[in-house]
Amino acid sequence: MNQSRSFDLTKKPRPGESIIQSLLFLAGVLSIFTTLAIVYELGKEAWLFFGNPDVTFAKFFGTTTWQPGIGHFGIWPLVTSTLITSLIAMFVSLPLGLSAAIYLSEYASPRARSALKPVLEILAGIPTVVYGYFALLFMTPLLQSIFGEKVEVYNMASAGIVMGIMILPLISSMSEDALSAVPRVLREGAYAMGATKFETSVQIVLPAALSGIGAAFIIGISRAVGETMIVAIAAGSGPNFTFNPFKAAETMTGHIARISGGDLSYNSIDYNSLFAIALMLFLVTLVLNLVSQWVVNRFRERYE
Amino acid sequence: MNTNNHYPQDESFRASLNTRYRTANIWQAIFMSALLVALISLMALIYTVIDGAFGYVAFEYKKDPATFTSTPLEKLSKEELLTILKSKLSSGAYKKLDGEQPMQARSQADLYSLFLERLVQLDTKQIWSMTDSILHGAEIKAETAKKYPKAKVEFRSWVSPQFLSSPMSSKAEFAGVRTAILGSLWLVGIALLFALPIGTGAAVYLQEYAPKNWFTNIIQMNINNLAGVPSIVYGMLGLAIFVRVLEPLTSGSIFGVTDSNGRTVFSAGLTMGVLVLPLIIINAQEAIKAVPDSLRQAAYGVGATKWQTVWYHVLPNSIAGILTGSILALSRALGETAPLIIVGASTFISVDPSGPFSKFTALPIQIYQWTTRAQPEFHAIAAGAILILMVLLLTLNATAILLRNRFQRKY
Repeated sequence: MNQSRSFDLTKKPRPGESIIQSLLFLAGVLSIFTTLAIVYELGKEAWLFFGNPDVTFAKFFGTTTWQPGIGHFGIWPLVTSTLITSLIAMFVSLPLGLSAAIYLSEYASPRARSALKPVLEILAGIPTVVYGYFALLFMTPLLQSIFGEKVEVYNMASAGIVMGIMILPLISSMSEDALSAVPRVLREGAYAMGATKFETSVQIVLPAALSGIGAAFIIGISRAVGETMIVAIAAGSGPNFTFNPFKAAETMTGHIARISGGDLSYNSIDYNSLFAIALMLFLVTLVLNLVSQWVVNRFRERYE
Repeated sequence: MNTNNHYPQDESFRASLNTRYRTANIWQAIFMSALLVALISLMALIYTVIDGAFGYVAFEYKKDPATFTSTPLEKLSKEELLTILKSKLSSGAYKKLDGEQPMQARSQADLYSLFLERLVQLDTKQIWSMTDSILHGAEIKAETAKKYPKAKVEFRSWVSPQFLSSPMSSKAEFAGVRTAILGSLWLVGIALLFALPIGTGAAVYLQEYAPKNWFTNIIQMNINNLAGVPSIVYGMLGLAIFVRVLEPLTSGSIFGVTDSNGRTVFSAGLTMGVLVLPLIIINAQEAIKAVPDSLRQAAYGVGATKWQTVWYHVLPNSIAGILTGSILALSRALGETAPLIIVGASTFISVDPSGPFSKFTALPIQIYQWTTRAQPEFHAIAAGAILILMVLLLTLNATAILLRNRFQRKY
């Protein structure tokens, strides 16, 4: 009947659809521009800093005083304090986070899980400035009452410990995901061989989930290195080259926050130096994030 | 013991079995104690904040209130306060206050605190934490009577309606968080207006339109990495781009605003928007992924175009998830402090933000400022501001959870 009518089956041009699609594409690509803008802007100012004739490679890595305003460019005091606070944070958060993850994934009943998980979720949602308050007004007095006079009011230990508590939920939730992804047959196999629950968890499940746990660990370090408010409030203001965790020392992030909080004139060496530090931070966290993704992909045990 | 079991029966085996069980039990307790530590930390944190936000205060009036009025302090009416302030304050100070907010329009409580601050000159001598106040109340009163004979002791809640409605002040007793709360609202409002459409658009592009090729992979990887960039780096980006390069736009000078530089709430809002963008994209992608393919196929089947499918079927079915994700991103923006310090929130500002091009302060900035002050009164109001921030965040998160439970569809 309709055979005489012919249908035009070629695609109709729809300008509206194309416009929408290009807008959506732009929205998607914007994130690339964000990264490029970060690299360009940080790189540009950092270039000005390193281009300064006073800033030499030997001074930057060879001396231990950081005061760009009066010509001291040794980066080490900022780096060591960042490392010490991050290290303390990891010493707190890795064992605690991992234990919590093992308990939640292997031992806890569904009811216990639903009661305990929110504790970690609330901890994860607390703003870091509140953790800073906690570090200064709870952890520092606590440390002072345990270790006495040698703990300064501002100190790296209290900032590091509280930072560890802050990172704990991250480590535990990422590790728990990795542990629960291990297939049940492995556990049943271990039980059949007569292994206890503990032996199964630690000797069978944990090694199988190691890639995910490693990734969680690396992301945790990256969070600790980039964390600002806790160290800005509790770790001290003023670069200090020391390895004593009970002494005050400013970290890279804390230094940026303090200097830029004051009135800072653009195009001064101080201003440029902040961008150099921020660029280092960005690169370190970027590399850590990429490594963690690589660890997951490279070392993941696959079960069919 | 059951003698019919299939375990070997010799003593050494049984002994080792017991050891193994004992180890297992000890470790189970250790694993569980990690969660206990988390719980104790959380409780210690909440306790520290509440402990700081309430407690006894010993204060003196530098000038006797009786020299200003014969009415008892509690019974002062608004009119009386106005007359007292007008007659006793210098005319310059009165005009300045009137300029900030017309005196006639102020509330009784507001005028009363002005009266105490400017004329009577309330002077806080010492403050105590809540625990001390409850456990050693009598001793505190005795001690105060000895040390400051003229001082009065009062139990004070540092969070009060007064605290919520007052602007900043250089004296902790009269400082409030109104400007900070308004600043925070402007900030997250601008951030959301910027990030929600772009984030949703990017998620739609990545899930519905993007071809599976290396370029899409790079975009995806880049978004995941941006989510892990420290917030302070975003602050530096905001300082370089929004505050300096785009200063004509963000200071509002191309719109005819002349009295500001680039350090406006607009710059900070955009910075915050860029910061939460990856979170919004990732959450929206998850929400869109959850929409089953059969819905799309059905739409194509009746001749819908790609955009019609997305607009009429995919988005309505994923909107609850997208909004939940956005609320979570919003609560992140509300608590984020470091980028604001870098972009340059003003720390002392007593005028409410009036538009996108005004200077501003925000709740977390005030908490930071007050915490780093040496005087204990400032720690007390920092604790008060933390309580308000936490209540705001809890409300937001509860909304997100309700929204998720209410609109979550199962296919």
